[in-house]
Amino acid sequence: MEIVLNRLTKVFVAKNKQETRAVDNLNIVIPSGKLVGLLGPSGCGKTTTLFMIAGLHKPTAGRILFGTEDVTKLTADKRGIGLVFQNYALYPHMTVRQNIMFPLENLKVEYEEAVARVTEMAKLVGIEDQLDKKPSELSGGQQQRVAIARALVKKPRVLLLDEPLSNLDARLRLQTREEIKRIQRETGITTIFVTHDQEEAMSISDEIVVMEKGVVQQKDEPQQVYYNPTNLFVAKFLGSPAINVTRGEIKDNKLYFGGKFFVNKKAKDGLYDVGMRPENFKVAETGSKVDVTDVDIIGRDTIIRFNLGDQQVRALVDSETVEDIKEIKLTIKDEKILLFDIETGKVVLDSKKER
Amino acid sequence: MMFKKITRNIKSFFSKVNWSTRNVYLTVKRAIGGVFRKFWSIVTQEEKRIERNRMKLDFVLKYLNLDGKDIDIQLDLDIAEIRKDLVEKKKALSVTYKKDKNQSVLNELNTVSRVIKYLPDDNRTINRKGDRKVETNKFIKAMIYLSPALILLAVFTFWPIINTLRLLIYVGYTESDGSIQGYTIFGNFIKVISQRGFIRPSAGTFSSALINTLLMAFISVPISIVVALLIAAGLNSIKGLKGFFQTIFFLPYVTNTIAIALVFKFMFNENFGLINTMLGWIGIDKVNWLSTNANYWAVMGVMVIYSVWDSLAFKIMVFLSAIQGIDKQYYQAADIDATPKSKVFRKITVPLISPMIFYIMVTSIIGALKVYSSVITLINEAGEIRGATYKMKTIVMYIYEYLNTRAPGNLSLAAASSVVLFGIILLFTLVQMQASKKRVHY
Repeated sequence: MEIVLNRLTKVFVAKNKQETRAVDNLNIVIPSGKLVGLLGPSGCGKTTTLFMIAGLHKPTAGRILFGTEDVTKLTADKRGIGLVFQNYALYPHMTVRQNIMFPLENLKVEYEEAVARVTEMAKLVGIEDQLDKKPSELSGGQQQRVAIARALVKKPRVLLLDEPLSNLDARLRLQTREEIKRIQRETGITTIFVTHDQEEAMSISDEIVVMEKGVVQQKDEPQQVYYNPTNLFVAKFLGSPAINVTRGEIKDNKLYFGGKFFVNKKAKDGLYDVGMRPENFKVAETGSKVDVTDVDIIGRDTIIRFNLGDQQVRALVDSETVEDIKEIKLTIKDEKILLFDIETGKVVLDSKKER
Repeated sequence: MMFKKITRNIKSFFSKVNWSTRNVYLTVKRAIGGVFRKFWSIVTQEEKRIERNRMKLDFVLKYLNLDGKDIDIQLDLDIAEIRKDLVEKKKALSVTYKKDKNQSVLNELNTVSRVIKYLPDDNRTINRKGDRKVETNKFIKAMIYLSPALILLAVFTFWPIINTLRLLIYVGYTESDGSIQGYTIFGNFIKVISQRGFIRPSAGTFSSALINTLLMAFISVPISIVVALLIAAGLNSIKGLKGFFQTIFFLPYVTNTIAIALVFKFMFNENFGLINTMLGWIGIDKVNWLSTNANYWAVMGVMVIYSVWDSLAFKIMVFLSAIQGIDKQYYQAADIDATPKSKVFRKITVPLISPMIFYIMVTSIIGALKVYSSVITLINEAGEIRGATYKMKTIVMYIYEYLNTRAPGNLSLAAASSVVLFGIILLFTLVQMQASKKRVHY
């Protein structure tokens, strides 16, 4: 089932009458059966959006549609959603079984059927042997799965996850990431999850919605967002190590930094903020000699720090290609160079790629 | 300067007196000074040591670019404990690594071993003798901190308890000259228990001090807990005027018990009291609450209503703060699952504050078993209703009566009956603790 957010706005009014626009005129369509990540720095309104879809926050303006049904005015319990909270919110005094069964009790499901569904869910998330334990006896990852089972057991139309991996340690995070992806594939349920971790969002989502200050910056498939960011914010937010952004000038299809020629780039003449991902640099004889300040060889990869204009940038290249540390010549392909407007921060596309 | 001048004067004074006195002075001075210096150095050095270690640890963590997330380090732990934890973690990691040769495990293993290497010195570097020294120092320090409370407890609790036990074995003890007529083991208990009016009912009635007290306690406490819970839940869910209502419900707590009891006495007056007037509006005849020949249950009713109302304020306050401490997400989760309000209250609110409910239940039962001032104010010092065969005495009133009539041996009887009261309180508390094991969720 498709979810449509139509001009969704949420304004919080503090006690001193100060207004905060947490979510501003949000228009997105979340396709049916997909896993969509809401990504952004903390305070960008992503959790507020999620809670509005859940029905826990009332939108100030705008509409939320589940398929063709308008659910804006419906309370949380009537929307048929399952929500997994950031800290799971498992009832500490109930066993895992009672926790998962709790939503079914309210739906007046027959006891035998409820038991069967709880067992089925427990098997799906892989906690069937933990059913009689209390949540406090489980590890973080297991608690997370119980929370997902509790959200899924009532067969919701939409599954919402609020920062699902933030409370787990690094190793468990990888494992749970796969687990969430698998559960989503198996159930085919439309899933929205919120995260501030770009790597996490890139690795499990079918689509990413990048938000900043309550406004959607870009919505696309992860690779698209990574390679073709619409603006400087998205470019800087995605990718690790982060993209290099340097002020440069284009003259006669040549890119200059601080007056020095670097590479060829087809674009209109003018000053730009130039974005180049560290891994896109290549060592090549045809490249320009760079003013290297530091070289770190870390196994397979080598990080080269060098000056472009008045700024230091990083390049991540294959260690085998670096032969002489003193004489490094770097180049970068034309299409891998991103140009951003100095004032608006929007990406400047050359005529061929214009959509 | 002033201080030095005084000490010089004292020194010169002692230099004039004979040598032996001077030696005594020096010994005492050295002892006192030594003790003070010792305490001072314990307090400061121990803290300096901890601070130093913490600074070192902070440095190590910063040096390694760890924000405490990648490996579980708790900064407020002892460094020796951190080391222990890390070594265990390292062992576990190396076992996992041997099993499946995972690169990320290896990285973590390396990080952990690096942290262990850079951890600052801990108690391990101090030898065994030093360890014991630290232990004793800690004990002395603890004693210094505890001493004000310990001294007060000794004077006002422990010494009276010892005295109570002493009084139990005396026969015919007279307070004025301290004379006794003999010793006994159970004599005082037997006398108290067999006496009519304490545990056994007095002649012509079923009431005794014990029965009165138990009835008051076990009727009023459950009612007040339920009412307080409902009011607290209600107060928590209203939005406007919250502070106003909280103040209203808390007012009884800061009002004098005697004053409240006097107001109650007027309200329950047979002829012009507010309660009977209000009952008259709905067509109920006047009830004789507390006057001559009043029915036992009418008097008991007033006592129960009074106790419930009087204890409500504190309970509401405790429950309200406990409810406010519950994570909002539990309610949001319940909301999404379409849980009815009553079920949310029964299945989420009550279990989550059950430790508080249990605490309030135990302390209220103990308090109610010691009820005293309300009966005295609402009825009179003897707990007597004119014309009635029963007496509305409580256990503490009974004990007080023994203390107040100065016949020989009465102090021992008071001691015996207070031990009986202690036994009753202990019994009910143990029963409650046993019964609550399955229902209280910590």
